[in-house]
Amino acid sequence: MKQLFIAFVVLTVALLAYGTYQALLVAPTEQTMGEVQRIFYYHVPSAWTAGVCFFVNFLASILYLWKRNAKSDALAAASAEVGVMFCTIVLITGPIWARPVWGIWWTWDARLTTTLVLWLIYVSYLVLRRFSTGGQTQVLAAALAIFGFVDVPIVYMTIRWFRTQHPAPVMGGGENSGLAPEMLHAFLWNLLAFTCVGIVLMVLRYRLQMLEERVEAAHAAAALEGGTQ
Amino acid sequence: MTGNTDATPQPVLVLDNLIKFFGRFAALRGVSASFAPGRLYVILGDNGAGKSTLLRVVAGLMQPSQGSVTLFGTIKVREVAHRVGYMAHAPLLYDELSGMENLHYFAGLYGSQNDVVCGNAMQRVGLDPDLSRRVGQYSQGMRQRLSLARAVLHDPDLLLLDEPFSNVDIHSARDMAEILGQMRDQGKAIFVVTHQAALMEGVADEFLHMSAGRIVARESLPRISPGVEAAR
Amino acid sequence: MTTFSVTRATLHKDLRMEWRSKDAINSMLFFALLVVVIFSFAFNPTAEQSRQIAGGLVWVAFLFAAVVALNQTWARELRNQVLDAYRVSPAPPNALFLAKAIGNFLFVIVLEALMAPLFVVFYNLRSVGPLWQLIVVALLGTWALVVNGTFFAALSIRTRSREIMLPLVLFPISIPALLGMVDATTSILTGDASPDFWIKMLAVYDVVFTAVCLLLFESVLNAE
Repeated sequence: MKQLFIAFVVLTVALLAYGTYQALLVAPTEQTMGEVQRIFYYHVPSAWTAGVCFFVNFLASILYLWKRNAKSDALAAASAEVGVMFCTIVLITGPIWARPVWGIWWTWDARLTTTLVLWLIYVSYLVLRRFSTGGQTQVLAAALAIFGFVDVPIVYMTIRWFRTQHPAPVMGGGENSGLAPEMLHAFLWNLLAFTCVGIVLMVLRYRLQMLEERVEAAHAAAALEGGTQ
Repeated sequence: MTGNTDATPQPVLVLDNLIKFFGRFAALRGVSASFAPGRLYVILGDNGAGKSTLLRVVAGLMQPSQGSVTLFGTIKVREVAHRVGYMAHAPLLYDELSGMENLHYFAGLYGSQNDVVCGNAMQRVGLDPDLSRRVGQYSQGMRQRLSLARAVLHDPDLLLLDEPFSNVDIHSARDMAEILGQMRDQGKAIFVVTHQAALMEGVADEFLHMSAGRIVARESLPRISPGVEAAR
Repeated sequence: MTTFSVTRATLHKDLRMEWRSKDAINSMLFFALLVVVIFSFAFNPTAEQSRQIAGGLVWVAFLFAAVVALNQTWARELRNQVLDAYRVSPAPPNALFLAKAIGNFLFVIVLEALMAPLFVVFYNLRSVGPLWQLIVVALLGTWALVVNGTFFAALSIRTRSREIMLPLVLFPISIPALLGMVDATTSILTGDASPDFWIKMLAVYDVVFTAVCLLLFESVLNAE
């Protein structure tokens, strides 16, 4: 199992390297936007990976409420952290890309706002995990995670409608429309690479959490045996 | 009927290797025991011995980390909640309501809102049902009496009392101890956690000594029958 | 003890307790008033602008005020550890949740009813759209805030820094409902657009999250 994972990590690094090569060197420069468009190869895969992580968190949280085992909780904690990380990348690369291209840092359209809300929800999840005491943490966090995930599609649809009522600057027709084949190529490789990076990070974080669990369990076992005090 | 252990009745409570962790601290470290109805058990021990934790687990307020609780023959403690009464050091009452209003509400939680039952319960613990004073203005003794009334409103078969006499005047404490004895005589199983062993000596059937999350000793007492009273 | 009877009994008890102390209502009222006054210093709108921004201001004020009530109603159950008495009883947990949510709903509705005339006066408001639509939006929107708020208040009351935990977890999740309320109110006040979509969206939001709360409340109540 461990060797399989190491092989996977090596593969991921290779994919990431290849993807970077593709994105920065092979893919042609975009006509109107110029070099800055290359952020796209990082921005969108990050968003996708964040979504995958949050979906894993949703499933793990449901599983935890059902089975109440440490593994589901560890997976929930791990996926939330990695998801927030990628979501942060999305929120930072987005404005960096938008500013030179459209002249604005931010607009309250459906996609951006939903991403921000998503980020807020999962940051609040992490804060809840930090601030709750004792054995309640996992249950409370799992409940919040379910709420958060159910809320996200609602947020998206809501703001979509809101924006059709109050049109805002159009953020360019979808990045995938009229994508040159070499660009699509680079994009897909990076999509794969980022997903793999996400998986690697989640596995590592999950293992860390399980290790902490085992330390706690060892302490607990010792506490059970020892001492009359 | 009283104190006769020859005919061993169906145990009302069976604990099997109960373990409870709070983080790294093991509050209960493998408690296994069986308890019969119609007996009054007094649980003694130092702070941190696990007495309150044990009671809370039996009451269903906490899930054990490992092990099981079998109450009235079932492991699903929630299903027999109507047969359990619980009292703690905190009064478990609403300060802003009067005595009768409190009892009326809690009776409703058990499915009956009979004013007569509530009134009788108050009188039994020595309080006046017509008292309209808010519980927040009661003395501690009155509060714990009312809490006892609340705990026995629904005529439970098992009573769990966690330090019911703390900061209570001696008169109220003695009255409550006597009431507990009467309830034990009616066949109920009663568990009292207290630091005031002397108070319970007249009515206790058994002393359980807990230390560091385990029951370390059980001491049966020869009970004085109601007709012969120790000097009070 | 059916869910209905316990809910009714608990609601009755809570309303009676609130009537005697008036804790929640007073704090809410005062807070909402403060917010209104401070906002009116920050923005000094013309009549036309008022209609545009009033929707947002009103709901922000109510949201902050509601958070005050939400914490209070659960804090009541933690005094004297009286929540233990409920948990030990065979009464169903969802009855407690419904009673608290309905109670909070009533408090906030009363607050809105008292504050509305004040808003009209301070901002010289005159609604273009019909009043009954505003009322429907208020009812649906308030329930949206309150149902999640009651749930998260129960959740956060057991954490450290509980006062900050509640808004922290509640606000992001409530954003769609807030947006809906604000936009619907503005649409009705200005008469610029139809609030129909928002009303439907709020109704869906209410149904979905009431269901989620009822499903998850028992776990949260018994987490120990």
